[in-house]
Amino acid sequence: MEIDFTHHQSAHCENGVVSNLMKHHGFQVSEPMVFGIGSGLLFCYIPFLMVNHAPAITYRAMPGFIFKRFANRVGIKIKREKFKQPANAKKRLDENLKKDNPVGLQVGVYNLVYFPDEYRFHFNAHNLVVYGKDQDNYLISDPVMEHVTTLTDKQLEKVRFAKGAFAPKGHMYYPIYIPKEITLEKAIIKGIKHTCRDMLAPIPIVGVKGIKMVSKLIRKWPKKKGAKVANHYLGQIVRMQEEIGTGGGGFRYIFAAFLQEASGILNNPKLKELSKEMTQIGDLWRDFALDASRIYKNRSGKTDGYNNIADQLEHIANKEEVFFKKLKKAIK
Amino acid sequence: MKKDDVPQDKGSLESADFKELCYAVDENGEYTTVNSSGWTPKTIALDNAIEDINERVENAKKRVLNNETSPVEYYMEYHKMDLGILASYVGLWKWRVKRHFKPKVFYKLSEKKLQKYADVFDVTIEQLKNITLHGN
Repeated sequence: MEIDFTHHQSAHCENGVVSNLMKHHGFQVSEPMVFGIGSGLLFCYIPFLMVNHAPAITYRAMPGFIFKRFANRVGIKIKREKFKQPANAKKRLDENLKKDNPVGLQVGVYNLVYFPDEYRFHFNAHNLVVYGKDQDNYLISDPVMEHVTTLTDKQLEKVRFAKGAFAPKGHMYYPIYIPKEITLEKAIIKGIKHTCRDMLAPIPIVGVKGIKMVSKLIRKWPKKKGAKVANHYLGQIVRMQEEIGTGGGGFRYIFAAFLQEASGILNNPKLKELSKEMTQIGDLWRDFALDASRIYKNRSGKTDGYNNIADQLEHIANKEEVFFKKLKKAIK
Repeated sequence: MKKDDVPQDKGSLESADFKELCYAVDENGEYTTVNSSGWTPKTIALDNAIEDINERVENAKKRVLNNETSPVEYYMEYHKMDLGILASYVGLWKWRVKRHFKPKVFYKLSEKKLQKYADVFDVTIEQLKNITLHGN
């Protein structure tokens, strides 16, 4: 059986699944719109969590939050199910497919066979849509891929029951109620307000303050950790910022695209100006990544280089602080 | 980022023949999406990360062959895991897995425990006990 489902490629998996599921149910919602309303933009440095032997830095909200907030703000009800037994997880999935209901799944990346080997790390918050079954093969629409693909029974079970941080436990979700008319205006304002609050939060590891903190840490790394570890940490920051899924510049470009679209819907020209400003900030993030890459390319441990990129980060933090204050005023 | 500035460098994705989506502005300042084949700063970061893992695997291999650690550590590094991830896959406490790093303890493990590790690492018990039999 195959459900008539249209696959659209997106930058980020979670926005992509939501956007594709919404489109399937007849509502044209773009990826940036989902990201903006769900307040996906964030910066957070998590000192006590190590990912691939480097401190964790994230440029986005916690996995699952974007969809949750988006659904709340536009009035959709979602059914979520988690399972202890893989057999039950499979049964419920098959039941939904029989009812012509495409579902979103949370999966681990490490055993996702269609991903290039280099990208298969133990990351458990990837999302995809299953839209049918052809004998033993599930039909998969993975939003970060250009085309649809398939997974066998066993392969799907493996990724649905990956272990470690954020273990998906077969997590399956789909909308059960969608209002007849969706009005985005209020939802957009809520989303923007939330993002401003996050980015300006008075918490040292979150938002603008978090960026400043990382900038300070970078200055210390070459001396404290040695060239090798410092290089590894820098590489990890750039990967988190630019790896598949961010749309470039640590989600800043997607956010700028959202502001541009929002400006039209709310009839607010200020947002269009701010969108341009965010694009420029995104460019600064790209420059930062480029200069950081020069350091780890040459395996350099020279403090000058580290100080230089730390200055850049501080500059970005100051720019974003001004930006989000302006954004907060623009929607009042 | 302008549409024409979206990097089309040789990337690690090329081999898999897939392009990722980037957001960029067109001539009129409107946002649009462009597919990108890769960006060198990213590719270097990923290459370095993989090199780092290979180094860890090689290092673990040597230590297994010198009988300084058990094959569990080698397979753990090989599968890009850390102690926490491995512990949750085999369903044991971290300290117990760590204890199994000791060759003395490891070679006395029950068949059942060994099978658990073998399943997680997708190898036979013979391969688990003797890493020279492992494919790569």
